[in-house]
Amino acid sequence: MTQHLIIIGAGMATGRAIEHLLETAPDAYKITLFNAEPRGNYNRIMLSPVLAGDKTYDEIVTHTDDWYAAQGVTCRFGEKVAAIDRGAKTVTAENGDVLSYDKLMFGTGSNPFIIPLPGHDLDGVIAYRDLEDTEQMMALSEGSKVVVIGGGLLGLEAAAGMAARGVDVTVVHIMGHLMERQLDEAAGYLLRKALVDKGITVKCAANSKEILGDNGHVRALLLDDGTELPCDLLVMAVGIRPNVKLAQDAGLAVGKGIHVDDQMITSDENVLAVGECVEHNGALFGLVAPLYDQAKVAAQTLLGQEAQFVQKEISTKLKVTGCDLFSAGDFADGEGREDIVFRDPTRGVYRRLVLENNAVIGAVMYGDTADSNWFFGLIKDKTDIADMRETLIFGPAYQGGSAVDPLSAVAALPRDAEICGCNGISKGQIEDAISEGATDLGTVRAVTKASGSCGTCTGLVEQVLAVTLGDDFVIPAAQPMCGCTDMTHEDVRRMIKSQELKSMAAVMQECGWKTSCGCHVCRPALNFYLLADWPLEYQDDPQSRFINDRKHANIQKDGTFSVVPRMWGGITNANELRAIADAADKYNVPTVKVTGGQRIDLLGVKGEDLPAIWADLNAAGMVSGHAYSKGLRTVKTCVGTDHCRFGTQDSTGLGIKLEKALWGSWTPHKVKLAVSGCPRNCAEATCKDVGVICVDSGYEVSVGGAAGMDLKETEALAKAPTEQEALDLTIAFVQLYRENAKYLDRPYKFTAKVGLDWIKERVVDDLDERAALIARFELSQSIYRKDPWAEHAAEKAESYQPLANLTLEAAE
Amino acid sequence: MTDWIDIADLNDVPKRGARVVKTREGCVAIFRTGADEVFALDNSCPHKQGPLAEGIVHGASVTCPLHNWVISLETGLVQGEDEGQVATYPARVEGGRILLDATFLRARAVA
Repeated sequence: MTQHLIIIGAGMATGRAIEHLLETAPDAYKITLFNAEPRGNYNRIMLSPVLAGDKTYDEIVTHTDDWYAAQGVTCRFGEKVAAIDRGAKTVTAENGDVLSYDKLMFGTGSNPFIIPLPGHDLDGVIAYRDLEDTEQMMALSEGSKVVVIGGGLLGLEAAAGMAARGVDVTVVHIMGHLMERQLDEAAGYLLRKALVDKGITVKCAANSKEILGDNGHVRALLLDDGTELPCDLLVMAVGIRPNVKLAQDAGLAVGKGIHVDDQMITSDENVLAVGECVEHNGALFGLVAPLYDQAKVAAQTLLGQEAQFVQKEISTKLKVTGCDLFSAGDFADGEGREDIVFRDPTRGVYRRLVLENNAVIGAVMYGDTADSNWFFGLIKDKTDIADMRETLIFGPAYQGGSAVDPLSAVAALPRDAEICGCNGISKGQIEDAISEGATDLGTVRAVTKASGSCGTCTGLVEQVLAVTLGDDFVIPAAQPMCGCTDMTHEDVRRMIKSQELKSMAAVMQECGWKTSCGCHVCRPALNFYLLADWPLEYQDDPQSRFINDRKHANIQKDGTFSVVPRMWGGITNANELRAIADAADKYNVPTVKVTGGQRIDLLGVKGEDLPAIWADLNAAGMVSGHAYSKGLRTVKTCVGTDHCRFGTQDSTGLGIKLEKALWGSWTPHKVKLAVSGCPRNCAEATCKDVGVICVDSGYEVSVGGAAGMDLKETEALAKAPTEQEALDLTIAFVQLYRENAKYLDRPYKFTAKVGLDWIKERVVDDLDERAALIARFELSQSIYRKDPWAEHAAEKAESYQPLANLTLEAAE
Repeated sequence: MTDWIDIADLNDVPKRGARVVKTREGCVAIFRTGADEVFALDNSCPHKQGPLAEGIVHGASVTCPLHNWVISLETGLVQGEDEGQVATYPARVEGGRILLDATFLRARAVA
């Protein structure tokens, strides 16, 4: 006898289940199909091509009205189910019709999650879920503004689709990189770059605060940093939740989704569920492959056949606006796991494999996913890859093949990429010189002047030679930054500037890093280069800093710290000394020492006491002395004209002004200054990074001294007739050093490498360049001239405490 | 037998960073990698007892802040030319919470 099957929801899972039923046993069930949307089943994952204009709605319909009619399926589209009585085995439709069933199948899908921001109920705030949403987006005229909240797959597809229609789209994503569930940071960076190239604005790590409206219609999105993003339409694509309301009301077992067993049967033996609304062994489902598996199992169960739904290893192969992405398995770092990274900056390719016990357990690929099936096969089959480990990352075609080309980053540069910043020489000009016969560094330098000034781009010029000439040019061995890259510090700095690389992920990709997140050698250097070159765009990363720079105190051999409050120009007073003495008592400071830079050092402070001692010193008006930082340490002074009978100028006053201008700035290595009031030089200015000697007629500014591992007298930079010019020369020199030196080179090493003449040209002779250097320094200081102690004491104090204290229970 | 105890929220430890848990026998450092894996090791470098929790975390390794010894978070083994090993303890993340195995921590106290 034919039984009656009622299906709630005409989606991709139930559609597939109906097909299986009709194919296997067309007469087993009479089917009634309810659907809240006023239409039958269409291929929901093809909504994005419809939005982008590549397809029409008709092309993505999987079951037409004629098909349902021919198959004898009773369609109740545009009708919701109001109630279910499982005891009586009946379903009540919205219009009051009561239908009895033998079997019931839920395919209620999922609901888009709407963040309950103020203003979420305004007109023009939509999700991206069904044809209605898609049509609203398609109705936008060219040039209208849209904000998409959510940088996951759905949000990005919506953004790309609208951008293709000429709409001005901004994507706001709360996490640090796009599609963080499928992609790691490096692949997220490449994806972002591709979207930005398509004219989409991407804001990561952005928190939405409020949706602003005008007359009940959305006007803008307000972020919690105060940014207002104007929009005519706001699309929220932040995730989906299984639609379980009806099942819950019917008294079925429901967790995050409707609970089903391996046969897709719910807690009621006559009720099944498939698709995005179900929860199976704690898992929810959003991709189409497992939904189709469920549909098949459900159909078999309904026909009394043995069948089991098994969760499989899932891979995601996606195309977001023309960018190929693939991820599969588990790509987190972990115990016993190692990863192999391959980057090809030329083609914008990134691959990462995660290995465990000689098998691939996870993979992320961007840009070239041609080999993804092969890698997915390795994951699924747990293939032993020990024998092909060396070449595994290159894919199946390269087994036993070649190694990576260390020159690919330079080969990838466009012709207009600037190689020599001093002389404004592009890669194209060098290539032209080479093709006209300049086949070695000296000739290229003579013809183009590239690398002829400060010389820091020498490595890059040589690489252009190598790329252009192939085997005819052998690069002299240069010291790479660290084991993560083949590039030197100088190469990387040039790349950061000329390619405008503004994040660590960008540098690592474009310079072909061989590790996923660098090491303790390159990360602090990159962090400095990025914040020095892009002070506004790049956000300092404390986790890439050495502990002293991260915790704003000097670590000692026993793990305690030293605390040195700033004394501007070495001047202090009774109140400050009293506060220092009180702090020394209060925090049991074992050693109090006067430093060589005219400061007082409190040694032996416990890490967890740092925020408190800082707060106490702050309360007495003192700030961080940066005695720990690769930045301005101290400006040592003598008493100058205030008291000394030999003093020629106010050396203390100039010292204080220099310190107030320079404090807080990060530099490649520490920077120490001194100002002496007369040539007797009591402040020992001539062995400092910058020293000023006051004379009757003005100020003698000299640079590049050392009194540490090396001993070196400063070299005269210029004589300044006024105090202001002495300040200007010093600041311009420090900024030139910040912009060009290798990380951990003190100024004397930098000066030796680039030559004093090169420095004088920029800092002394070219007044425009001097002004520009000062302006760039000021811009950077608008971010960094602040007291980190006050900031950490107020906002990060908790992070200095132990995570937990188990001393009471550990030794039961 | 394991006895997992809830220590803290994963986000209380910065990505590529560490925090310490105090125990009666000294501090255990809890590391979080860039890929959100969590490891627990003695907070003491085999070289000169440097506080590993203050080091730079890269991949699944940490570099000691005192003299740049590199230690595998997975095995506790010192990498490269140097030799030594740091004790490791079972740790995992579940539902965004960091869990430590109290049985091991107790064994540590007895050892």
